[in-house]
Amino acid sequence: MAARIQIPREARRGEVIEVRILIQHPMETGYRHDDVGHLIKRNVINVLSCRYNGVEVFRADLSSGISANPYVQFYTVAEASGDLEFTWADDEGQRGSERQAIVVKG
Amino acid sequence: MRRLALAAVALAAGVALAQERAIAPGELKSGSAFLGSDLRALQNDDFANPGMLWVERGEKLWREPAGKENLACAGCHKDTSMRGVAASYPKIDKASGKLLNLEGRINLCRTERIGAEPLRYESEDLLALTAYLARQSLGAPIAASIAGAARAHFEAGRASYHLRRGQMNLSCAHCHDAQWGKRLLSETISQGHPNAYPAYRMEWQTMGSLERRLRACLSGIRAEMLPYGSQEYLDLELYLAWRAQGLPIETPGVRR
Repeated sequence: MAARIQIPREARRGEVIEVRILIQHPMETGYRHDDVGHLIKRNVINVLSCRYNGVEVFRADLSSGISANPYVQFYTVAEASGDLEFTWADDEGQRGSERQAIVVKG
Repeated sequence: MRRLALAAVALAAGVALAQERAIAPGELKSGSAFLGSDLRALQNDDFANPGMLWVERGEKLWREPAGKENLACAGCHKDTSMRGVAASYPKIDKASGKLLNLEGRINLCRTERIGAEPLRYESEDLLALTAYLARQSLGAPIAASIAGAARAHFEAGRASYHLRRGQMNLSCAHCHDAQWGKRLLSETISQGHPNAYPAYRMEWQTMGSLERRLRACLSGIRAEMLPYGSQEYLDLELYLAWRAQGLPIETPGVRR
């Protein structure tokens, strides 16, 4: 599962930073049928979480109402240099993760 | 004298060609002009545009050695040399004399140069490579040539564009030349330009090629869909490129 993360490379301590993530995933709703009429099993990313230096700063329980290739954006406060690590899992048990570093000054 | 006469004929042909355009160059509008502001903003956001997932994948594939020759695209082509290339497709392949779209060009390179299997139409890899290549021409005006061997394909494409089809008995021109800008149920009819493809369509919830879009139109007018890569689509793609001449490439576009 490919994903893109966008956070500022550098921030001042205490600054509010924008965090964006885009994950490639079909987000199969479970309501669609295939070419021969069988129901396609639901398979969506059901949990997405972000840890900032090990502390969870964001968590979302996604469901079938979210479109394919979900895009999520939130804000957090830059406190210390380190990593933002995203992890997510879908209904089939597939897991994905991606991390990016940030340098905090001041 | 003879040269002068030829020049006069060429000039007359040029004038005739200009008159054939149903939409004047100054009136050309990309499909994004018919979108809501939200989708237009999504397309213009280099990060959030979901098509960029395919562009990124395409960049990886571009650098990955493949086939019997264990050669990557990047092994022969310098990155900067791809700038503007997509804007000239569909194009006649000099060696075979055949008309190729970007997908066909990629697959020909794969089979002839690096000894790899051709990629299947609408496969993630072919969409990714095509999107990556077209992205290198972002902003370049479409400039497909209809001279020489391409002329016959152009004429066939034009005939195909104007052919009434399907249960609704409509040609492409009935909507995209005569009715663009008007409403069809909740949507505004676009001019039907190819400059954003491969594009991410909300209806598909994924990336798709121009041919997939053509098939969707054919299905919409309840006409028979042709197989991917068929000659009629290629000819039509050339006609569409000529029709959109001068419009900047927007790949990966975001569409309804």
